[in-house]
Amino acid sequence: MNDQAPLLSVTDLAVHFPVIRGVVFQREIGSVKAVDGVSFELKRGETFGLVGESGCGKSTTALAILRMLRATSGRIVFEGRDITDLGVGELRPLRRRMQMVYQDPFGSLNPRMRARDIIGEPLVVHGLADDRTAYRARVQELMDLVGLLPDMADRYPHEFSGGQRQRIGIARALALEPSLIICDEPVSALDVSIQAQVVNLLMDLQEELGLTYLFIAHDLAVVRHISDRIGVMYLGRLVEVAHRDELFENPRHPYTQALLAAVPIPDPVREAQRDHELIAGEVPSVQNPPPGCRFHTRCPQAMPQCRTDSPDLGPLGSSLVACHLYA
Amino acid sequence: MSDLAYAPAMTTLAGQRPAVVTFLVRLVREKPLGAVGGAVFLVFLLCGIFADFLAPYGVNETNMAHRLEAPSWDFPLGTDHLGRDVLSRILIGAQLSMIVAFLAAGFATVVSLAIGVVSGYFGGKTDMVVQRGVDAWMTFPDLVLLIVIISVVGPGVVQIVVVLGLLYGIAGSRIVRGAVISVKENMYTHAAQSIGARTWHILIRHIVPNVMPVVIVLFTTRIGAVILTEAGLSFLGLGVPPPAPTWGSMLSGTGRTYMYLGAWLALAPGLCLTIVVYAINVYGDALRDLLDPRMRGSQ
Repeated sequence: MNDQAPLLSVTDLAVHFPVIRGVVFQREIGSVKAVDGVSFELKRGETFGLVGESGCGKSTTALAILRMLRATSGRIVFEGRDITDLGVGELRPLRRRMQMVYQDPFGSLNPRMRARDIIGEPLVVHGLADDRTAYRARVQELMDLVGLLPDMADRYPHEFSGGQRQRIGIARALALEPSLIICDEPVSALDVSIQAQVVNLLMDLQEELGLTYLFIAHDLAVVRHISDRIGVMYLGRLVEVAHRDELFENPRHPYTQALLAAVPIPDPVREAQRDHELIAGEVPSVQNPPPGCRFHTRCPQAMPQCRTDSPDLGPLGSSLVACHLYA
Repeated sequence: MSDLAYAPAMTTLAGQRPAVVTFLVRLVREKPLGAVGGAVFLVFLLCGIFADFLAPYGVNETNMAHRLEAPSWDFPLGTDHLGRDVLSRILIGAQLSMIVAFLAAGFATVVSLAIGVVSGYFGGKTDMVVQRGVDAWMTFPDLVLLIVIISVVGPGVVQIVVVLGLLYGIAGSRIVRGAVISVKENMYTHAAQSIGARTWHILIRHIVPNVMPVVIVLFTTRIGAVILTEAGLSFLGLGVPPPAPTWGSMLSGTGRTYMYLGAWLALAPGLCLTIVVYAINVYGDALRDLLDPRMRGSQ
């Protein structure tokens, strides 16, 4: 595994959004640091889970990798090529290699297009639809792959259930045979029973097609089920990266510990008796993050050093942790 | 009852019928009022097209012995102050009014769509510049612009169509722009961008189809507005030049002057205007609903 080059490597990625005041005389009065120094690698064929609270920068990271947002700084290397500064024309071939599955199965499908046209759109966009019979066959094959029946091809999105729509979204993402699929909370809008189906579908497809997933979610159970490794984000930074079992059984970073402790136990008696240590306070503003470790304002184990020095992500056993406790 | 029992069979059959037939069946079944509107409009359109055969008298055929006569068997809609048959003038007028209304409203819609889509989709500086231009244009009262432009280029059907089209088109672009901005924020637009679709592809496949409901309503309301504005221009002597009859000029010219002597002079073109505008509006509404796949199958 180690001799294999990573499919994707992200180094010190930062995405800042300027905050501008004034209409005529615009001046930048600050910036929202949605992502601020994130580094990780994805090996071919693995699933990397990215978890964290709303607003911690998970989706922004994904959009920057997709090059839908411009990185303020940092490097994104995909399939051995630096894609951070590619122009629009150079991006087009790249778009075939990485695709996205969206959270909202209602909003991500054009209500005026039939399922066939939605799934086949990537083929049309990249000029692979000239041969009509081959095109139709390919769409049929994709529908079959994600478990949609052939006679559903002429239906419109509103005629599908949430789970089926998500299957359409997955089929669309698979159309160009990408190597990387970014799943942005693909199951959080679905019923629990449907979530399992879709997650299992994603795992089957991975095995069949050798896909690599960047899987973003806030549901820890789902992430644990599907991911090989998991990265925990807090306020635009990665605080811990670990193998999934390692992360769940032996969380190192106080934030990870608190996050896992917040998951309720499905037994009311034990849940009531449990010694809970919930994190106090609110997430600080990303426009004005606290100095030092970003978690120190809420950390139960904060030390004086945490207020001034920002910890780097460093190895600890098989994991990577950004905390002064282990330094 | 029997109609209800029959319904499922009809729907399954619909798959094999040509699209036009399917559309008409759905129009009648799901939107009866819209169907009536469409039919009424079609009748007027046909009257306009075949006006030359249908008109019992010549448009400008004066008959001094029958001036300002009330409707009778000889003159179904009466005669005007020059003894011209009102029915004949309404029919020929239908031709001119429809041509002007359709071309101008159509042109206006295209202008609205073009400006609105460019301004709304590209946003930022483009939007800023385009919208300030639209602002500047809209600060002039319609009529002032019309009078200035028409007095420079001279009256005539083509000039009227272009000027009215621009006037309503630029004003309507705001509405399209708003709709485009809302459609642009949908994730399917984002999805199309992320698969590497070119801008024109996104505009044609995703943006335009989803702002069509707004555009259709814009078009149908503009038709009425154009007919009325043309009437206003005729009144000022800047419309389609007389003696060619348009409903507007009949209403605001002879109709107004002789209203107390012959109410039919105002009633005939007035009613025709009202009926056509209403018919187009209900038909437009029905069209908007029928073209929306989400409404398919709902009553």
